[in-house]
Amino acid sequence: MNINPTSSDAHGHYHDHQAVPSDLALRVKALESLLVEKGLVDRAALDTLIDAYEHKIGPRNGARVVARAWTDPAYKQRLTNPDAAIAELGYGGMQGEHMVVVENTPKVHNLIVCTLCSCYPWPVLGLPPVWYKSAPYRSRAVIDPRGVLREFGLDLLLDVEVRVWDSTAELRYLVLPERPAGTESLSEEQLAALVTRDAMVGVAKVAPQKGSSA
Amino acid sequence: MNGVHDMGGMHGMGPIHEEKNEPVFHEPWEGRVFALRRAMGAWGKWNIDVTRHEVELLPPAEYLRMSYYERQLAAFLEMLVKYSFLTRAELESGTPAASSPKAVPALTPEKAAVLIAKGVPTSRNVAVALRFQLGERVRARNTHPVGHTRLPRYARGKFGIIHRDHGVFVFSDTNARFQGEKPQHVYSVRFAARELWGEQAGPNDSVYVDVWDDYLEPA
Repeated sequence: MNINPTSSDAHGHYHDHQAVPSDLALRVKALESLLVEKGLVDRAALDTLIDAYEHKIGPRNGARVVARAWTDPAYKQRLTNPDAAIAELGYGGMQGEHMVVVENTPKVHNLIVCTLCSCYPWPVLGLPPVWYKSAPYRSRAVIDPRGVLREFGLDLLLDVEVRVWDSTAELRYLVLPERPAGTESLSEEQLAALVTRDAMVGVAKVAPQKGSSA
Repeated sequence: MNGVHDMGGMHGMGPIHEEKNEPVFHEPWEGRVFALRRAMGAWGKWNIDVTRHEVELLPPAEYLRMSYYERQLAAFLEMLVKYSFLTRAELESGTPAASSPKAVPALTPEKAAVLIAKGVPTSRNVAVALRFQLGERVRARNTHPVGHTRLPRYARGKFGIIHRDHGVFVFSDTNARFQGEKPQHVYSVRFAARELWGEQAGPNDSVYVDVWDDYLEPA
């Protein structure tokens, strides 16, 4: 199995990988076998990593941070020191070593992007979706944030200030969305269930009821 | 480098496609590439800035055509050869060279769990003088280094305001070149959207960029 994509026979798969996913799958399998055979990689460590990001670390973590901030003013205050405050809920680590939380208000809307690659706060949001890593989002979020937000169904008034945060260094950003009106009676847990990944990236607002769009 | 990866402000990339109920990995091989990169990173032969630059070095047309994990795989294969973990012959045959010694994996499951939980902090607890004060007007340098840099093109030469000091961090440009960490302050700099994009931008909108001290000059 030739793993090397720079050799001529292997080159074509980038053009039609959708049609032949098994080719890439076979190449990666061969690469993994080679690295394991050479004693460079422990398969169990790979499984640990994949399991963590498939099943344990995702936007539910960030939603709990948001719901706690909505219900506990002292916690919200502590979020100005985000690494410690997020660690209180048990989250932190790879690609969230240095966190910043930016708060949406009726007059300020925050949007997170990484124009240079795909930096994203893994411990609280998990691995980023394809659109966040894509050229359309990365190219336009900084020059036309309002157009991007409209594409996500969010039409902001001109008197709302839009702040785009480009993750160009090792700081990772989390948007603290506005708590929707009419949710006064909900518990912290019920509130967390309303908070979406998109709202914590800043491409959506949190809807007062689960499933309804805002 | 002025590569296609530095795409902030470019036109013509098309609409954003949001996939409902998107899986973490679309194919199992994507997860394996993700994990293999971290497992091999544990050998300490490269750093995060080196890995970013390797992706930037992909030919521009390839970069745009490939999916995220295809780019990650292609750059990873280059690094495996460049840092002498594998030979091209081994990549082509898929079997270790006869003389190849057997190593002991650097990343065990226990160390993987620690990596996930602790990450790899890039802040440095060293005293470095603050060159700019909060609220100070600054200019991002008009600079075009050929190698890795994290000052996006759209901000170069533009005026902004120091919004906050994030503290002292490893400098990406020297770190990517194995020229040392050169710890220095990283600032959040607020650029008015109209400073960056002209009159088409919202009058009160802004872009905040995290900027290393070396990228700034007094305005």
